[in-house]
Amino acid sequence: MPGISSAPSAPAADKPQALSSLRICDFTGQLAGAGATKWLASFGAEVIRIEDPVREGRWDILRGTPPYVDDRRGIDLGGAFNNHNAGKFGITLNLRDDRAKDILARLVEISDVVSENFAKGVLERWGFGYDRLKEIKPDIIYVSNCGFGHVGPYSDFKTWGPIVQAVSGLTFTSGLPDREPAGWGYSFMDHTGAYYMAMAILLALIHRQRTGEGQWVDLACTESALSLHGPALLDWTVNKRPSRRPGRPHSNRSFWPPMAPHGIYPCQGDDDWVAIACRNQPDWEALCAVIAEPWCEDALFATPESRHAAQDPLDDHITAWTARRSKFDVQDLLRDAGVPVSGVLKPEERIDVDPSTGDFGLWPTVRHTKMGAVRVDGQPAHFSETDWHLPRGGPCLGEHTEEVLTRLLGLSVEHVAALRAEGVV
Amino acid sequence: MSALLGLRVVELAREPIALAGKLLGDMGADVILVEPPGGDPSRNYPPFVDDDPSGEDRSLYWWHYHTSKRGVVIDLDDEPGRERFRSLVATADVLLEAEPRRRLQALGLDYDDLKAGNAELIHVAVTPYGRHDPKSDLPYTDLTIMAASGPPWSCGYDDHSLPPIRGPLQGYQTAAHFAALSALTALLQRTVSGRGQFIDVSMTAASNVTTEAASYSWLVAKRTVQRQTGRHASVSPSGETQQRCADGRYANTGVPPRQPKEFAALHAWLKELGLDGELPEAVFLEMGARWEGPFELSKIGSDDEITAIFGAGREGLKLIAARVPAQDFFTGCQRAGLAVGIVNAPEEAFEDEHFKARGFQVPVVHEDIDRTVVYPGAPYALNGSPWAISRRAPKLGEHDAEVFADL
Repeated sequence: MPGISSAPSAPAADKPQALSSLRICDFTGQLAGAGATKWLASFGAEVIRIEDPVREGRWDILRGTPPYVDDRRGIDLGGAFNNHNAGKFGITLNLRDDRAKDILARLVEISDVVSENFAKGVLERWGFGYDRLKEIKPDIIYVSNCGFGHVGPYSDFKTWGPIVQAVSGLTFTSGLPDREPAGWGYSFMDHTGAYYMAMAILLALIHRQRTGEGQWVDLACTESALSLHGPALLDWTVNKRPSRRPGRPHSNRSFWPPMAPHGIYPCQGDDDWVAIACRNQPDWEALCAVIAEPWCEDALFATPESRHAAQDPLDDHITAWTARRSKFDVQDLLRDAGVPVSGVLKPEERIDVDPSTGDFGLWPTVRHTKMGAVRVDGQPAHFSETDWHLPRGGPCLGEHTEEVLTRLLGLSVEHVAALRAEGVV
Repeated sequence: MSALLGLRVVELAREPIALAGKLLGDMGADVILVEPPGGDPSRNYPPFVDDDPSGEDRSLYWWHYHTSKRGVVIDLDDEPGRERFRSLVATADVLLEAEPRRRLQALGLDYDDLKAGNAELIHVAVTPYGRHDPKSDLPYTDLTIMAASGPPWSCGYDDHSLPPIRGPLQGYQTAAHFAALSALTALLQRTVSGRGQFIDVSMTAASNVTTEAASYSWLVAKRTVQRQTGRHASVSPSGETQQRCADGRYANTGVPPRQPKEFAALHAWLKELGLDGELPEAVFLEMGARWEGPFELSKIGSDDEITAIFGAGREGLKLIAARVPAQDFFTGCQRAGLAVGIVNAPEEAFEDEHFKARGFQVPVVHEDIDRTVVYPGAPYALNGSPWAISRRAPKLGEHDAEVFADL
């Protein structure tokens, strides 16, 4: 039950699921696509991943890449693949063969959504462009996701996460003045592109529910990314002020709204850092009460405006103070004083030391057929009535081919075996 | 038809969820933004129109995050205000809020109270650590949320004496993405069950599961990634991918050539620029172009020929990058089939022909100041259900009369 009295229950198999009436014919891979259908699978949608048996599903490079749970290697043992595909079914179809195309057409006919994140034109070359999908199922929802989208001058350009982030301005906005861009140390836009893809699928499903119409969604990850710079873009269109200017970016500082001090400061320890932010005068006074050094009284730092203008010397003083302490000591001292603060947590600290993520049920253990029990990223929201649940690990290549084709299309086990022997599935 | 036309969202104004309301409003929902008397503080955030902070409704920050919303003022701290809020929520499909975790319960306005008047209500609550965690009572900003949940650990420079870096605002925006996703998921489910529900979104959890290999390297193999300049944080150091071009701008060189046609295209481009004579390794590009059979990347470092050819691809790219502007390097590489990207500032991307051609520049009329302002457009193109900014951000209490008259 909602409310703050009871702890959240672990995601359970016996609860009803929000999206259990949906079936997704899923060609997505990597993270930008697979992350989207993972959300849907978490809420009970039947997500059927379709992979190429000839190339052993290697289009999704994460199938066989690190991390690994042990010394074994292979296309079924990639830890990232398992993370992004938990809860899904996996089948193989060799779409060079007309019999596989027939099977795909029959699957599309009983699906709500066809999702993919290939380069533009791949699905069309296999004979399953949007026009063909509509012929098979008039109200189908087709969602394509690629770096530059399927329309526009760059639609034939190739991308992966770091390229999307570079072109769309995200890499630029992460850095320190007078240095090269620091960028994002991971594919933030593969995650976030997946969130926008999932939103688009849900929006199109709601639209279909209300009108009976399907549609094609053309998602360009670079465009989703560009939409994340709102105030900076209005500063450009209204005031003609570019983000590329002296002194910027200065990413750990806060300009909208102005806050000072506001930064990430060094601490004792191995690459240990702490984030401190003073939102207003009371936060500053609380910080000064803890630090209690003469410079706190300097007129230069007396008001929010003067502090914001004098951040370089202010940061030097704070750095000298934090550098003599451990990050958790600084965190404890400032938390007790009511100042916004957090250590810059390392993966092991936020996953295994900070109890809040485990208490939230954020790292569920899934059972992968070959890897065994593995912890994966869960979902950061709990639903009181229809919460998420990840019933299985990511599928091994073709793990559910027989089960899906017999259960959904009525093929016999012998028929599927024959198709496999002939390289169709 | 807009996908969410006819659905009503009530949003209690707070920075971390502003984007969630905008996402739903721009897809057609009737979003009613509820502010306290005096207004939400972010009405006064820079940047300002013409850099002039005097007067109201000049914050571009406010303008961006509150498009397609109507605005009302309700004082939840007095009983008539609470009664009005209950009446408003009784007409709503979704409530979005990021209030301090016990505030609504103390006011008698939490989900258990509100559902009595609206069994179909979907209540999305966003807090720093979730509704059950006392740490949600701690003060926070976007910076402290992100530091606590992983992104900065992975972002920064090879030189670890420099601090980890936060991508500004993305902690709040990531939480808002999950708030919107949750609302849409529950809306679909409600048409089956006929009932609403309560959804508990954690801001720190949202960023914790938005860190790619940092999390799963630890979860799967107990390995810790280390930050690197302009490229993925990694358990083992990887080669540089950021290159300064002739005009001082940077490009991300992505993955160097690996296929014969890519080596051929790179070699042809070097010749076209008259640079092939300056690259001692050019001969290896020709070898790469003529390579037959699989080019085994796993043999880089052990097979002399493959190592030399792969290295020549990398050196060829570096030479061209140093001699041409970043935009030419980007488009030239892409036309040669190489996944390379220019490091644009946001406004440079905004003015790029590709995004213009896709209709990303969207004019919005501000009739009150007799100006048309160009806004960033849709994050996705739903060809059957249009995204649109249906109105500029509301002034304080602008729609009190029309909204309250209908209650």
